[in-house]
Amino acid sequence: MQKPNMSLTKNPMPTQDSKVRAHNFSEVALGYSGDTAIDEAMRCLNCKNMPCVAGCPVNIHIPEFISKIKEGEFEEAYRIISKSSSLPAVCGRVCPQETQCECQCVRGKKGEPVGIGRLERFVADWHNSHIDEPPAYPVSNGHRVAIVGSGPSGLTCAGDLAKKGYKVTVYEALHTAGGVLVYGIPEFRLPKAIVAKEVETLKALGVEIVPNVVIGKTLTVDELFDMGFEAVFIGSGAGLPNFMGIPGESLKGVYSANEFLTRSNLMKAYLDAPETPIMKGGNVAVVGGGNVAMDAARTALRLGAEKVYIVYRRSMEELPARKEEVEHAQEEGVDFRLLNNPVQILGYENPDDPRAPKNGFVTGMKCIKMELGEPDERGRRRPIPVEGSEFVLDVDTVVISIGTSPNPLIKNTTKGLEVNSHGGIIVNEDGLTSRNAVYAGGDAVTGAATVISAMGAGKTAAKAIDEYIMSKEEV
Amino acid sequence: MYKIVTKKRLNPTVTQMEIEAPLVAAKALPGQFIILRVDEEGERIPLTVAGTDKEKGTVKIIFQIVGRTTEKLNHKNEGEFIQDFAGPLGAATHTDGIKKVCIVGGGVGCAIAMPVAQEFHRLGAGVTSIIGFRSKELLILEDEFRACSDKLVVMTDDGSYARQGNVTVPLKEFLEAGEKFDMIITIGPLIMMKFVVAAAKPFDVPVTASMNPIMIDGTGMCGGCRLTLTQDGKKVTKFACVDGPDFNGYEIDFDEAMSRGRMYVEYEHRAYEDACNLFKGVK
Repeated sequence: MQKPNMSLTKNPMPTQDSKVRAHNFSEVALGYSGDTAIDEAMRCLNCKNMPCVAGCPVNIHIPEFISKIKEGEFEEAYRIISKSSSLPAVCGRVCPQETQCECQCVRGKKGEPVGIGRLERFVADWHNSHIDEPPAYPVSNGHRVAIVGSGPSGLTCAGDLAKKGYKVTVYEALHTAGGVLVYGIPEFRLPKAIVAKEVETLKALGVEIVPNVVIGKTLTVDELFDMGFEAVFIGSGAGLPNFMGIPGESLKGVYSANEFLTRSNLMKAYLDAPETPIMKGGNVAVVGGGNVAMDAARTALRLGAEKVYIVYRRSMEELPARKEEVEHAQEEGVDFRLLNNPVQILGYENPDDPRAPKNGFVTGMKCIKMELGEPDERGRRRPIPVEGSEFVLDVDTVVISIGTSPNPLIKNTTKGLEVNSHGGIIVNEDGLTSRNAVYAGGDAVTGAATVISAMGAGKTAAKAIDEYIMSKEEV
Repeated sequence: MYKIVTKKRLNPTVTQMEIEAPLVAAKALPGQFIILRVDEEGERIPLTVAGTDKEKGTVKIIFQIVGRTTEKLNHKNEGEFIQDFAGPLGAATHTDGIKKVCIVGGGVGCAIAMPVAQEFHRLGAGVTSIIGFRSKELLILEDEFRACSDKLVVMTDDGSYARQGNVTVPLKEFLEAGEKFDMIITIGPLIMMKFVVAAAKPFDVPVTASMNPIMIDGTGMCGGCRLTLTQDGKKVTKFACVDGPDFNGYEIDFDEAMSRGRMYVEYEHRAYEDACNLFKGVK
């Protein structure tokens, strides 16, 4: 047995230089080489009680796959991961490992934890670039399940059920499968080719993906049962963007983060002569402090903005985005204007010429400085405006990234489907809704959260759906 | 892929197609819309459903050639396919309790107004239709409107056909003559709908306006189609794709909608020219 690598720090992730990458859409993180991966794997102590596994929402057998990396058996490592995760190349890139598997790692008590996420990514990429053989086609059990939405929860649920022999059909409202993985998360963080590859793997398992079907409109949940599906999983995602309710939010040049990112990612507006336009260049303010705000800010930079601001009403300590994303954004030149809150978006108006082409476009955003007061009921210090501290940020584009509210389409067309006061679908611990045989998970239940928590919900529901259908069969 | 079953030129800039989309055809109601992409690189555009044939499983769309996407769509022929076709989206036009309706359509908006008029006619309501066009050669669907309307007035801006003037002229005449409409439904250019609302206001007749803002997903995700409404003195944001496309005309901020509609005008113009040149084979 080789001796463990007792280095206190992770092998650094090779990245594109920040000055270069701020102007291209190629992936920022470049991934470990095989040697680096083995060296990093040697930092794993292979603990008997495996605290990391408990930290993973889909319970990947982490020490087991890392042991295979140590032996240079990368494909074996992939097989171990894919038993638990249907989207390993995605998770290795976008999971907040620092608050999940890695924060449980024993090595993290003194020094940095093992770079589990980086190793997962390495294994998935190695598989995707070396192995062309499709996964074994599962033996059909003759049961059919419908999945609503092809985002992370839906794809995970589909993959798990397909592996058990179910005939799974995934209905997607948009023209491409992937949900937030294709419309939301930018190319430079998650290349679309990787998502497409994961989707192809699921198709090879027999999963059918039907685009352009909006459940709640084209078909209803009840009609899916009429069509012979025995259970339905709803993973329809987060829904409509929230706005601040301040004057000027309808000016030209004000986007929701969803619209801005959808134009750039899904509709490829970042290309040179896109069919779908987007405002490029100038100064851009992104309002909000989450991961989506970081994605929007870094996208704006790459689209050619001269100056990009993150405007957030609390301080860096409360800022909810992943530390790594914040650091990347800072390195690339995003200017963080913390403890600032927008009060009005200003627009150009020429009263002498109502047809002036610049009329109605954004010219600036008036903000007020904030200070932190007493903690609120959730323990976060409440931001309080500093009287008389208003100032104007000179911007041409404003991207509002302050969360979403659930989409009403499915709720409105599914009798007996209960939702909470925020509009999120109510489920029990198995993901079962108030309707028999209807399960739900991901942002449609929780409101905006992470890819991996949605995947965890998809996994839980797949298990419950399997148990439900099998128990029906026994009767 | 979705097959173009029929294609018909209605006037030099307006084309009608029937698209094979059985799931959409089975559900679509007057007032609803679809989102389509012509090809793999195409943008998503909303088009209102102009009719369905549930037996054939086809959906009728009528579009004006105004930009790159509609130019590309117009170059597709019968038997060819378009990439994506999703729907029906939005809420159907409300018909409950309306016994007498006035439909006011302008330009290609008449294509959307027509199935609404037909629906009211089918339900036994009294239908008065006023349809307006810039000139005679842009006139569409006159026969169809005549078949489903108790009264039909055709207007042209330049007087090259029927009566000269705006659609608001006969509307005011009807209202002044004491016609009692339960509802006026207006579909057409924003500026026309704004003036229809203004014309109806003194008579206290409810007005529904069908909005057609810029959209991307059309399913309640991006928020690009937002409109500002004034309800009980308060400004509220609504989304045309899930809350509409029909709204109470008195509540809509038309000026803002007009401004937002022009957001990409310059870009669109260049793209349209590029597309036209491409189809001409010009470098």
